[in-house]
Amino acid sequence: MIENVDLTLVDWSRAQFALTAIYHWLFVPLTLGLSFILAIMETIYVKTGNKEWKRVTRFWMTLFGINFAIGVATGIILEFEFGTNWSNYSWFVGDIFGAPLAVEGILAFFLESTFVAVMFFGWNKVSKKFHLTSTWLVAIGANLSALWILVANAWMQNPVGMTFNPETARNEMVNFWAVLFNQVAVDKFLHTISSSFLLGSMFVLGISSWFLIRKREELMARRSILIAGIFGLLSSLMVSYTGDASARTISNVQPVKFASMEALFEGKSNAGLVAFGILKDTDKKIGERVVKEFAFKIEIPGLLSVLSGGANDAYVEGIADHISGNEKKGIMSVPEKMQRGQFAKNVLTDYKRARIINDNEELESIKGIFRDKEFQDSYFRYFGYAFINKPEDVIPKVPVTFYSFHLMVILGFLFIMIFAMALYFLFKGTISENRWFLWIALLSIPLPYIASELGWILTEMGRQPWIIQDMMPVSIAVSQISSGSVITTFILFAVLFTVLLISEISIMVKQIKTGPKQ
Amino acid sequence: MKQNLQVLNSLFRFYNEGFRNMSAWGRKVWIIIIIKLFIMFAILKLFFFPDFLQEKYDSDKQRSEYVLDQLTNSPYNHD
Repeated sequence: MIENVDLTLVDWSRAQFALTAIYHWLFVPLTLGLSFILAIMETIYVKTGNKEWKRVTRFWMTLFGINFAIGVATGIILEFEFGTNWSNYSWFVGDIFGAPLAVEGILAFFLESTFVAVMFFGWNKVSKKFHLTSTWLVAIGANLSALWILVANAWMQNPVGMTFNPETARNEMVNFWAVLFNQVAVDKFLHTISSSFLLGSMFVLGISSWFLIRKREELMARRSILIAGIFGLLSSLMVSYTGDASARTISNVQPVKFASMEALFEGKSNAGLVAFGILKDTDKKIGERVVKEFAFKIEIPGLLSVLSGGANDAYVEGIADHISGNEKKGIMSVPEKMQRGQFAKNVLTDYKRARIINDNEELESIKGIFRDKEFQDSYFRYFGYAFINKPEDVIPKVPVTFYSFHLMVILGFLFIMIFAMALYFLFKGTISENRWFLWIALLSIPLPYIASELGWILTEMGRQPWIIQDMMPVSIAVSQISSGSVITTFILFAVLFTVLLISEISIMVKQIKTGPKQ
Repeated sequence: MKQNLQVLNSLFRFYNEGFRNMSAWGRKVWIIIIIKLFIMFAILKLFFFPDFLQEKYDSDKQRSEYVLDQLTNSPYNHD
């Protein structure tokens, strides 16, 4: 029974999912990014016929292969967790999650069993053009495969294109295209793949810099830096553009998350964009939640208003506007949403009672209510609020949201600088002499991983308490299993993934030290 | 028919030669993949990750009733 759910179970289930997702995401972005870099390098080889480009391609393909093989199927563990730890949620989302994941599974299977095999086994066995096509298909296929997972995740952030069926207690997809072209999905896909391209580029730039530091394979290193520099610079610009688009969408569909990202407790006009800040507690409270303010900040005046509202005096909504409501701005309060959620829950409870006593007339009448668009959009849309105790419970942990967002943005600008400098030194012909820069590039390899994980922490922690925005809080989604078993599997996963990561790094380092084949 | 068999044969040879001529890192990685998949499917999935609703209930009707119960019983307040 839900009233018996203990927080330990919810917290451990969340921690386990976070652990597996974070580890899984250590492998994925390099596959997405490096696959395109390989395709570009091989294209140059096929176009020019220059054997050195083949050698360059094959070297990076080896590192791609190691990462791909170690990371493959680590995402399946997340699916295990859905069925075991998050059964209420899995049932409730119905085919909306199932359909995209099935497409992803089929795509991944065909991709991995055919074109990846051609990529690795096909050198000198298939024609150059067929091999190149396979490499491109792996790159496109891997990225398309990510699309479907991101579509499913986007639906959780902004549930669209479905209707709830009380008979099955599931959401049913009524508009596939609305789910696919959900604005959150489009933004998330573009932002995720561009950040993965950036990560792959930094990986190539960093390792190539190591070769230059060691004065080994200098031609290969320079050629790799050329591709990584151009691809990385374009990707990092695309990341900042898509990041901005994502933030705008979040301000529309998850306004409390957006206000938390900016630590904006009170809404205001002429709001400045905080480039960097340190938060501290104040005496003020929203309900029982302590309001934070900046102990220190570097702010660009008016820019947040311009970015979100298009004008200097545009009003930017704060957390308080969304908790207490703001009639002037047409913002519904959380207590109002709680009432609507409770109404939807009462209707569902009536349905359950009618089913128990076989009252067919009542059942048909309630099914009619659920078929009513007004009920779905204005009441069932807030179903999750029926489980919220206090209005302030819908505020995520502001420091986590604020710092993860800002650190990610700061790193994003740093990446633009690093790629621009790499190209500048390369074209100037002084990259080998600027050893300080080569060290910076080498030591920067982990930074896009950190930025990427911060992006996911922002996405997932910023939407708390929801597992499905406004419709289902995490506490309702969890299965009634013992927290002891979740703790056991948490430890098992931590060990398994750490071993996999150590294996990957050690095999990769060995291959890097060996260098490309002569 | 004969042409199909030839295609299958050349596909088999392609994969066979690929695996046989695999480099040292390739072999190492394949061992890791096999161990990983074994741990995931033969240990974790089998002993630690049963499908909660599939295991507890026989039909979708029962599963939906259970979830409906979960959704309509007393509220649990998120902290």
